[in-house]
Amino acid sequence: MLSKISKEALLGPLSRNNPVLVQILGICSCLAVTAKLEPAIVMGISVTAITAFSNLIISLIRNTIPNNIRIIVQLVVVAALVIIVDQVLKAYNYEMSKALSVFIGLIITNCILMGRLEAFALSNKPWPSFLDGIGNGIGYAIVLIVVAFFRELLGSGTLLGFQIIPQAFYDMGYSNNGLMILPPMALVTVGCIIWWHRSRNKDLQEQ
Amino acid sequence: MKGLRKYLDKIKPNFMPGGKYSKLQSVFEGFESFLFTPNTTSASGVSIHDSNDSKRTMTVVIVSLIPCLLFGMYNIGYQHYLAIGQAASAGFWEMFAYGLLALLPTIVVSYVVGLGIEFIGAQIRHHEIQEGFLVTGLLIPLICPINTPLWMIAVATAFSVIFVKEIFGGTGMNIFNVALMTRAFLFFAYPAKMSGDAAFVATEPILGLGAGNLVDAYSGATPLGQVATATTSNFELTNIVGEPISALDAFIGLIPGSVGETSTLCILIGALILLFTGTASWKVMLSVFVGGLFMGFIANSFPSPTYPASSLSPIEQVCLGGFAFAAVFMATDPVTGARTELGKYIYGFLIGVIAILIRVYNSGYPEGAMLAVLLMNAFAPLIDHFVVQANINRRLKRAKANNKL
Repeated sequence: MLSKISKEALLGPLSRNNPVLVQILGICSCLAVTAKLEPAIVMGISVTAITAFSNLIISLIRNTIPNNIRIIVQLVVVAALVIIVDQVLKAYNYEMSKALSVFIGLIITNCILMGRLEAFALSNKPWPSFLDGIGNGIGYAIVLIVVAFFRELLGSGTLLGFQIIPQAFYDMGYSNNGLMILPPMALVTVGCIIWWHRSRNKDLQEQ
Repeated sequence: MKGLRKYLDKIKPNFMPGGKYSKLQSVFEGFESFLFTPNTTSASGVSIHDSNDSKRTMTVVIVSLIPCLLFGMYNIGYQHYLAIGQAASAGFWEMFAYGLLALLPTIVVSYVVGLGIEFIGAQIRHHEIQEGFLVTGLLIPLICPINTPLWMIAVATAFSVIFVKEIFGGTGMNIFNVALMTRAFLFFAYPAKMSGDAAFVATEPILGLGAGNLVDAYSGATPLGQVATATTSNFELTNIVGEPISALDAFIGLIPGSVGETSTLCILIGALILLFTGTASWKVMLSVFVGGLFMGFIANSFPSPTYPASSLSPIEQVCLGGFAFAAVFMATDPVTGARTELGKYIYGFLIGVIAILIRVYNSGYPEGAMLAVLLMNAFAPLIDHFVVQANINRRLKRAKANNKL
């Protein structure tokens, strides 16, 4: 069903060429929005949508963009999509929009987006570019969700706002780990995931 | 002794490669070299070893911590019997036994968890077991409040041994002080258990020892805790039953606080042992105190009711809280500190200044010594870099001037 290049574009970023774990891109938002699971999921979906459609649009007009203003054209496209996502969030999920605050707007500066536009969309056909955007967005979202899962579970004892750790544990002296809510532990968690990922994929290990 | 040697020789083949327990080789070697000095010598070339190896260094630090440890145990008991109003009737040994029973589980947990991880790490990487945790494991109970739950100590110790030490390559490679990182982890992860009135005085009876009701005037706030919550600048520091604290009490250490840090006297004894044996650098120690007194003097010159700690005198600043303990046992850690001689002065001075700066001007943290040492740990390589670079530049200049002649 999918050609080889499309398949690689879609599945590669999930693990072997993951934007966060292998290329170490998009770390800032990974620290900022992962204290709770729900914002992380919304952020993951937003980035996936924006990467996919900006890749598609840029790929469609790639032959008409003058080379020396291509960054500006890319920024205009990305900014327009970010504003659409921002407005949709404000209209349908105002609480989440408040919780994510500036980070939706800052998707414009997310390195993954510009990286994919420059490296893939400018030199590939629209359909593979669209799949590449989806793949990278999901690869980013997976990491965000795993990090947020551990941070919310250990830091707040909840998942998606529901109490997971029973009250009996707290009665026995358990407390939530306040450090998990603070940004440093997001870095440590991402570090642990990268550690695990490299130990599974030996060829990614640096000598 | 001979019997032990014979027994070790008998079981040794089991642990060599190919033997039944070859996976545990480094555990065996660890115990063997702990019990007997290895008598193997280099087969080729000449090797010169200082007799002062890291095992001996660690042992000296342990010895220098013993006054703090013993006094800490006594003080736990003293504070407890004071809190239940029986300080006059309880004897010295009763208080000491209570403190011993209160502190022992923490020491055991800290050693079991930390050494366990070190042993497992050494097996996985086929390294020798190193003695680095010997000191860390004793420092952790000494710098934590006595009421810290044991599972928290276990979690924090595991976190800092793995993420501060093993990840960077084990003993001697860590960039932050492992014991302080344990304390910092506890402080940020479980702030409710690590500060405030309920953390620093053991109030429950242990094994039937020290049963009694708390006296009415009881309040478990440490002196620095009282300072941090003071609303006027002319407050009076009191002990846990509301009597004023004399400077002598604060110096000897009969005040509530983390186990090992209350007694400036015992810390001084430890400092003398460290300095007399040449284990710790006097430059770091001296400059931490100079920095602390300097910043304490500046803060005290401009006392302000907004920052109640600014009305403490410089001497009180260095006697109260964990400042002296951090200066003697934490700042002098040779692995995480500055290594150049000039760098040691800068490193120590900045620790002293920043510790008092945080304590006085940041009301969120009643004590700043821990954060100051950790911050300067991060900057120590930078200080060294600039000191070395300055030296290179100076000598280059001199070489150029000589070439011109």
